[in-house]
Amino acid sequence: MRIACPHCGPRDVREFSYLGDAAPKRPEANAPERFTAYVYLRDNPAAPHRELWYHGAGCQAWLAVTRDTRSHAVLAVQVCKAEA
Amino acid sequence: MRYSGWSLAWNALTGNKHWRPVWRDASPKASYDVVVIGGGGHGLATAYYLAKEHGIASIAVLEKNWIGSGNAGRNTTIIRSNYLLPGNERFYEWSMKLWEGLEQDLNYNAMVSQRGVINIYHSDAQRDAFARRGNSMRLHGAGGDLLDRTQVRALLPYLDYENARFPIQGGLLQRRGGTARHDAVVWGFAHAASERGVDIVQNCEVTGITIKDGQVIGVETSRGAIAAKKVAIVVAGNSSRLADMAGLRLPIESHVLQAFVSEGVKPLIDHVITFGAGHFYISQSDKGGLVFGGDIDGYNSYAQRGNLPTVEDVCEGGMALMPMIGRLRVLRSWGGLVDMSMDGSPIIDRTPVRGLYLNAGWCYGGFKATPGSGWCFAHLIARDAPHPAADAFRLDRFATGHVLDERGAGAQPNLH
Repeated sequence: MRIACPHCGPRDVREFSYLGDAAPKRPEANAPERFTAYVYLRDNPAAPHRELWYHGAGCQAWLAVTRDTRSHAVLAVQVCKAEA
Repeated sequence: MRYSGWSLAWNALTGNKHWRPVWRDASPKASYDVVVIGGGGHGLATAYYLAKEHGIASIAVLEKNWIGSGNAGRNTTIIRSNYLLPGNERFYEWSMKLWEGLEQDLNYNAMVSQRGVINIYHSDAQRDAFARRGNSMRLHGAGGDLLDRTQVRALLPYLDYENARFPIQGGLLQRRGGTARHDAVVWGFAHAASERGVDIVQNCEVTGITIKDGQVIGVETSRGAIAAKKVAIVVAGNSSRLADMAGLRLPIESHVLQAFVSEGVKPLIDHVITFGAGHFYISQSDKGGLVFGGDIDGYNSYAQRGNLPTVEDVCEGGMALMPMIGRLRVLRSWGGLVDMSMDGSPIIDRTPVRGLYLNAGWCYGGFKATPGSGWCFAHLIARDAPHPAADAFRLDRFATGHVLDERGAGAQPNLH
């Protein structure tokens, strides 16, 4: 599996670390149920999946990679932007 | 049909013309008391114990492919009960006890071999952790012997004792651990369940779970609708997909775990051995192949195949532990889908939908749990109350904070 890093070009998957689903967002309010869902619950689809990878052995950027979990085909790669 | 020395002799003398199929391939009926989704080891064991221990007459096991085509046919066949946390250890020890009487109970040779499982340790800190785990095992009756370097060397003279980076200090031995023939476990449970009237339905994919007023009433399948009073999901690897049909999200990610077998060689490795400085485990099958594996690939996957960096990592672990295997060729490798739960421990529980039960989250340790999982899940389904050996495997433990995190890795599935 290769991931086309926007900074470095196509690189072997061993240069990257995997964090997981990019969708969960930390809830604003002190709502235990929403925090439980944020920390523990995942959609885990058998489909294209937007997920976070860290290019530790390259440019050290966090990437949002859209990858089909049924075939491992990488469909899109974006650099994560810091959210204000 | 009952297997015995007499039946073997009689069939041999009559030209082996009278053997009947090991189990009955059924067509689905319109309704059942209990529908078990998933014809792997756990699903078949659940159906068997529902029939045997709880006297439920009308049971179907629905399998989308052929029975044992998923993880039951893809694991490294290791059985053991060497856990630390009480919530886990009491369950795995109960499963171990079931393994010890399984073949007589099922009337089927599952080739259970208690050859001993040895976890190698390489540092003072790891020795202390293993001593603690061994004490936990002994408190639960599982047995456990902490071996020093000399004792390990007497048992396993072929390990690399000159490795400066990963020095072998000793090992934790569970003598009752070992291996079982994975396919025979599936066929054995299918045989015994079928003898008790369970319908095993293959090529029957569940496409929907029918719920009315918060109560499950049946399933939609590729072979038509089937009504059911109770529905049990036991489809590790695909648990999230099935739960989604009932509107549930689970604390689970599906990952790929690879396993490998070498070309066959003469008897070489008598035990199950695990490397403590990396992640590598190995045993030898009765056919002679060395069966081994290591870490999961570490990303969400439903592909049933992995990537090369993990292959290299596993083989490096093997070479660090026993360089003698370096000249063997890898004959086959394969990948299975594992339910990686958020704390590395399984779930056997009711769901918010009445009559819908969940058995999931086995990470890469499901095979050894097969009889215990079936036993406890059947208890839960029949009595609507958790079995004491599995009452820590609650679905709500993530919300309440009662997680069972054996490795202390936190809510990061690919680290368990």
